[in-house]
Amino acid sequence: MTNLEKYVKAFSEALEVPESDVPALKYGESDQWDSVGHMTLIAALEDAFDIMVDMDDIIDLSSFEKGKEILRKYDVEI
Amino acid sequence: MMWRFDRFGEAVALSDEHGQSLTYAQLAREGEALCGAIGGRCLCLNLCGNTIGSAVGYAGMVEGGVVPALLAASIDRELFAALYEAYHPAYLWAPEGFEWERCESVYERFGYRLLKTPFGAETKLHDDLALLLTTSGSTGSPKFVRQSYGNIRANTESIVEYLALTAQEKPITTLPMNYTYGLSILNTHLWVGATVLLTEKGIAQRDFWTFFREAGATSMGGVPYTYEMLDRMRFTRMDLPTLRTLTQAGGKLLPDLHRRFAQWCRDTGRRFVVMYGQCEATARMAYLPWEMSLDKVGAMGVAIPGGRFELIGVNGEIITEPHVTGELRYYGENVTLGYAQCGADLEKGDERGGVLDTGDMAQVDEDGCYTVVGRKKRFLKMYGNRVNLDETERMLKAAFPEAECACAGRDDHLMIFSTDADALPAMRAWLSEKTGLNLSGFHTTHLDAIPKNDAGKTLYRELEKYHV
Repeated sequence: MTNLEKYVKAFSEALEVPESDVPALKYGESDQWDSVGHMTLIAALEDAFDIMVDMDDIIDLSSFEKGKEILRKYDVEI
Repeated sequence: MMWRFDRFGEAVALSDEHGQSLTYAQLAREGEALCGAIGGRCLCLNLCGNTIGSAVGYAGMVEGGVVPALLAASIDRELFAALYEAYHPAYLWAPEGFEWERCESVYERFGYRLLKTPFGAETKLHDDLALLLTTSGSTGSPKFVRQSYGNIRANTESIVEYLALTAQEKPITTLPMNYTYGLSILNTHLWVGATVLLTEKGIAQRDFWTFFREAGATSMGGVPYTYEMLDRMRFTRMDLPTLRTLTQAGGKLLPDLHRRFAQWCRDTGRRFVVMYGQCEATARMAYLPWEMSLDKVGAMGVAIPGGRFELIGVNGEIITEPHVTGELRYYGENVTLGYAQCGADLEKGDERGGVLDTGDMAQVDEDGCYTVVGRKKRFLKMYGNRVNLDETERMLKAAFPEAECACAGRDDHLMIFSTDADALPAMRAWLSEKTGLNLSGFHTTHLDAIPKNDAGKTLYRELEKYHV
């Protein structure tokens, strides 16, 4: 699986939305991406890429696109 | 009158993340203007958010003798329709953009609109009735807790006393206003002339912390799930120099988390206050004094000023020796009037007489400190909201009559069991939607048969081995 596929899968499984809907996702704009969903998502990303996301990045990860930028800091190129 | 806002004049009462604020004098005037538009005592359904419009509506109505019923702005439309039909409110106080059939806007302020319904003031209200709140903010029945002016006043005075609140406080909202614990933070801080910081953002968002720092928040509250999140986010490494107090309620915190937050607060000169309460007791019944937070990990503390507890044994006797489990009974002026199931119930007076059987099983230690050890009834706390498992089971059976099912689980993890594997995903999605709680808290397990005894009663004990 490519990093992009892993990344999309983590969003899709954590927030329970079809993979096709994932690229448009933003915090607070889908029913599942609230504070509870957010922590599920962070855990899924940490598992998928074997990383530990810092507090500052947890609160910055507000969209699918923003997440790609953040993961770059952890040497994950998507 | 509840607060007499004009006492605090030009002090700031409400301040939001967009830079808007309102002094106490303005809050008093805004409340009067809103009540003037309403025209007299009647019932209003308020769709709440942590915004100035929502706060002005709530506080202005209670101050002016209008009875608000507080609901989440995100409420399921079907549940809202059921409440609207069961209670026939005279008005709705709702964010702009909310429309309802045959209702027209007659007043607008702070992004909120006062919508006049066709019912007028036909729903009769008891003189003592101040406010209606849902018991859990969740499950589907149109049931409210009836709170009186005396209830709110008594509980507010107790909380102000034990937390030693002053006008210097600046609590930041982390809980909904329509949720009893969140509302008590608003009630108590308006009582002492403090500044309430209102934000729609949550602790997982950068804007929340930016507002926290810029506005200089001094306290925040959280349910167990909030503390789990803060822990995961390594909250204790954040630089928050203005923070003085953390409060916790809405269910029992894991002892390890309790210990770590209490320790961090002690090490950094802050207060960590665990509390216990229910909507049926207005908000709070007990608190663990912060000085004791490390000595009594897992405990919920002592009765609030003006209240007291009794532990009732299986034969109805009062338990006096320590470390014996009994059902927790509470006495105090904050015990609410009772429930309402429909509009006609709003004419009822006090049905409880200051006594509340909490449904929690507890023990007391030699120092008079109480610990909740279990529950008498089958309910869970989901992200701080009480969810009755018998009720969710009934709801599922009604919505999915073909599928045999049972509900069980532990706090923040509701398990749905069914013999119909194909129906389980739909049941899970449906229940999440109806309760307004995140899907992640719902788990499903397919069983060949729901375990039952000879009388046909579900054996929930047997389901425990499947719990996640």
